[in-house]
Amino acid sequence: MQIPYNETARPDTGLFNAKLGLWLFLASEVMLFGALFSTYVLLRVGAPVWPHGYTILNVPLATLNTVVLISSSVTMVMSWASLMMKNFGKFRLYLGLTILMGMAFLVVKTFEYKAKFVHYGVTLHDGTEIVGHLEEEAEDHVVMLPDMKDGVQPSPVHIGRAQIKRLTNFGPWYSTFLAIYFTLTGLHVLHVIGGLVVNIYLWGPGAKMWKTEPTRFTNRIEVAGLYWHFVDLVWIFLFPVLYLL
Amino acid sequence: MDHSSSHGGVGTTHKTHGAHHEADHLHQSFWRKYVFSTDHKVIGIQYGITSLLFLLFGFSIMMIMRWQLAYPGQEFPIKWLAHLMGQDNMPDGIMLPEYYNQLGAMHGTIMVFLGVVPLAVGAFGNYVMPLQIGAIDMAFPKLNMMSYWVYFCGGVTMLWSFFVPGGAANSGWTSYAPLSVIATTGQTIWLLGMVFLITSSLLGSVNFIVTIIQLRVKGLTFMRLPFFVWTQFVTSFLLLLAFPPLEAAGVLQLMDRIAGTSFFLPSGLVVSGQALGVSGGGSPLLWQHLFWFLAHPEVYVLILPAMGIIGEVIANNTRKPLWGYKSMIYSIIFLGFMSFIVWAHHMFLTGMGTAISSFFQTTTMIISIPSVIILTALLLSLWGGSIRYTTPMLFALSFLPMFAIGGLTGLPLGLNVSDIHLHDTYYVIGHFHYVVAPGTLMALFAGIYYWFPKVTGRKMNDILGRLHFWGSIVFMNGVFMPMFIQGLAGVSRRLYDGGEQYAHAQSVLHWNEFTSISAWCLGLAQIPFIVNFFWSMKKGQKVNSNPWEATTLEWAATTSPPLAHGNFEKIPEVYRGPYEYSTRGAKKDYTPQNQASEA
Repeated sequence: MQIPYNETARPDTGLFNAKLGLWLFLASEVMLFGALFSTYVLLRVGAPVWPHGYTILNVPLATLNTVVLISSSVTMVMSWASLMMKNFGKFRLYLGLTILMGMAFLVVKTFEYKAKFVHYGVTLHDGTEIVGHLEEEAEDHVVMLPDMKDGVQPSPVHIGRAQIKRLTNFGPWYSTFLAIYFTLTGLHVLHVIGGLVVNIYLWGPGAKMWKTEPTRFTNRIEVAGLYWHFVDLVWIFLFPVLYLL
Repeated sequence: MDHSSSHGGVGTTHKTHGAHHEADHLHQSFWRKYVFSTDHKVIGIQYGITSLLFLLFGFSIMMIMRWQLAYPGQEFPIKWLAHLMGQDNMPDGIMLPEYYNQLGAMHGTIMVFLGVVPLAVGAFGNYVMPLQIGAIDMAFPKLNMMSYWVYFCGGVTMLWSFFVPGGAANSGWTSYAPLSVIATTGQTIWLLGMVFLITSSLLGSVNFIVTIIQLRVKGLTFMRLPFFVWTQFVTSFLLLLAFPPLEAAGVLQLMDRIAGTSFFLPSGLVVSGQALGVSGGGSPLLWQHLFWFLAHPEVYVLILPAMGIIGEVIANNTRKPLWGYKSMIYSIIFLGFMSFIVWAHHMFLTGMGTAISSFFQTTTMIISIPSVIILTALLLSLWGGSIRYTTPMLFALSFLPMFAIGGLTGLPLGLNVSDIHLHDTYYVIGHFHYVVAPGTLMALFAGIYYWFPKVTGRKMNDILGRLHFWGSIVFMNGVFMPMFIQGLAGVSRRLYDGGEQYAHAQSVLHWNEFTSISAWCLGLAQIPFIVNFFWSMKKGQKVNSNPWEATTLEWAATTSPPLAHGNFEKIPEVYRGPYEYSTRGAKKDYTPQNQASEA
């Protein structure tokens, strides 16, 4: 028993089932990220102060990641085009490159995340805020090495515990900005991982299908590609919104 | 994405059906056939049975709560049941307020997300829709199976939450922040359960839309689709596009609860006299916006499939085409679209500002127009028909006035001035229960009586069916009508003592007892249904494949029950609209969609 149109397009819609299914799935994804971007807007317009992304986040690294992810979208198309031209070798090469670039994106992201978790901010009872690295954490005091300012490294600051109102690292709990940063990028990272899992399967064991059912396999690559472009597109929105504005 | 051939797994490329059926379903183990089945009919039945059990469970919770409301602080009369619920929750058989809150939150969650929607969409949609469009199965059978099992996990997760420290979620089914953020562990489990349920409905809705667009048989154009298929189509779009924002909101609340963020926690929040050590800067209103962005379209998810069932039953039992079939379809499309821009009428009292309130008040008044068109069309369909008062028809007829009461009582809530008085009172409870219980549930019962012969090959018993009908309709009104009286007098919802400790509205509190007794009688009225359901499966009157003399494909072109795999012995072709009853010049008073000529 074969479900109609799971390989060839239905004449009046011009789509095979999985392609339509994926477009619908992407529509729901637009609503998911749309809701989170709306959250960002609502929180930001309601906040008394909101940091510019570039004062907290690493713009050069994110730029690098943008280039990596856009390139991976290009190679993804090339891998599909190779299959359309019946060139399986090139398909493997391009899909392999896509996978490697996806992984590179994750590695860069890991460094970015780690930098946040070792970065601390302390708020004193008198309202002053010192941001930097934690040099020493004792029972009655902490020593902070504040961030560089205009190329000058300030000297370490000795702070008594009694003065401290709040001391945390730059995790999602630090501020609403970091909360939405971690949530949005974290969800995006999960999507990248999901795409990688599918792509690796299609590159490895799943590629056997090319021998038995080339059309369906090409369809699968096309559909996986659509998803991968969407993941790319989300990042293209995330980058300016979180890092540049 | 995985849409490989679902049965046998071999990569066959033939596109013909029929000849391969027998070979396919001979060698299937019990597990593949009944448990992890990819057949839409089995999945539909699985959804049906699970959701009916959840409906019974959710209703039982309410019957227990109604004791506390009628006789606050008195010992629960059924000793073993009180004992079962535990000393921590009901010490000496007296319900604690905290436990009442848990039961209230879970009643709503279970009825909406685990009961009505899975029954209306998962069960009826899955079983009937592919048959009505002449499809051999859903477009993605494996996804379909996954959708059910993910829903099942969601249900188990929700039930599990009763057993964690602090009990189940207790912030209402709406889970308003910041209360829900600082609530006990049960809330985290609730969020987890919701993630399962949202995923399940996402898989389901993609599958439904693709199936309807791609798998219609030859000749079945969109304007020849049965009304039920149309309602499932629009419903699926609502599920597809409205649920993700709730998923986003769920993720944010989970972050608030687990990662210590402050999405929904404002600055300077003090809990039990202690300042909360969080960064603050969040917005409790944000939760309400995200929640209602789902939950308003969800209302239409509850009602649209019900309207679809009513359309089928009414056309069949009046022996007439549906009056205004096209206007009904345009109405549900418009309804679906509008349902995305009315959500903040749930939030008139949050201080959004008059401009925004006016906007949402206007859209709310506009959305009532298509609902009225549909109801009017259904009512006019009765005109001049030779009505057959079958059991499903009784339920369908009762839907019309009941849904009308539910809908009309919604108008004062949608106008932001009158809502000031009625907001969060029992009036609201009465209003939406009229839509969902005597409305949707009666329609779902109609659907069960109507399609039972298709699923089992046997009819349900009519005497028991009538007993069930009259008991249900009388006692449902007994439960919900007094709520309007209480609500107008100002009794607030979610009070564990039924309003006893408040000075106002004391004169209407005696209705609590009446409501509770009606609720328990409503419980008794379901016994004939349960008996009928099981008895008829084994002993019901055997009928042919089209006992209602219907025109749509699920009756006209298949056996009862349809073939295990592939549904149709011969893939039908469609030549006409869905409801060609009493056509002039035709031999019979119905002309099936797959009949080429009228003779």
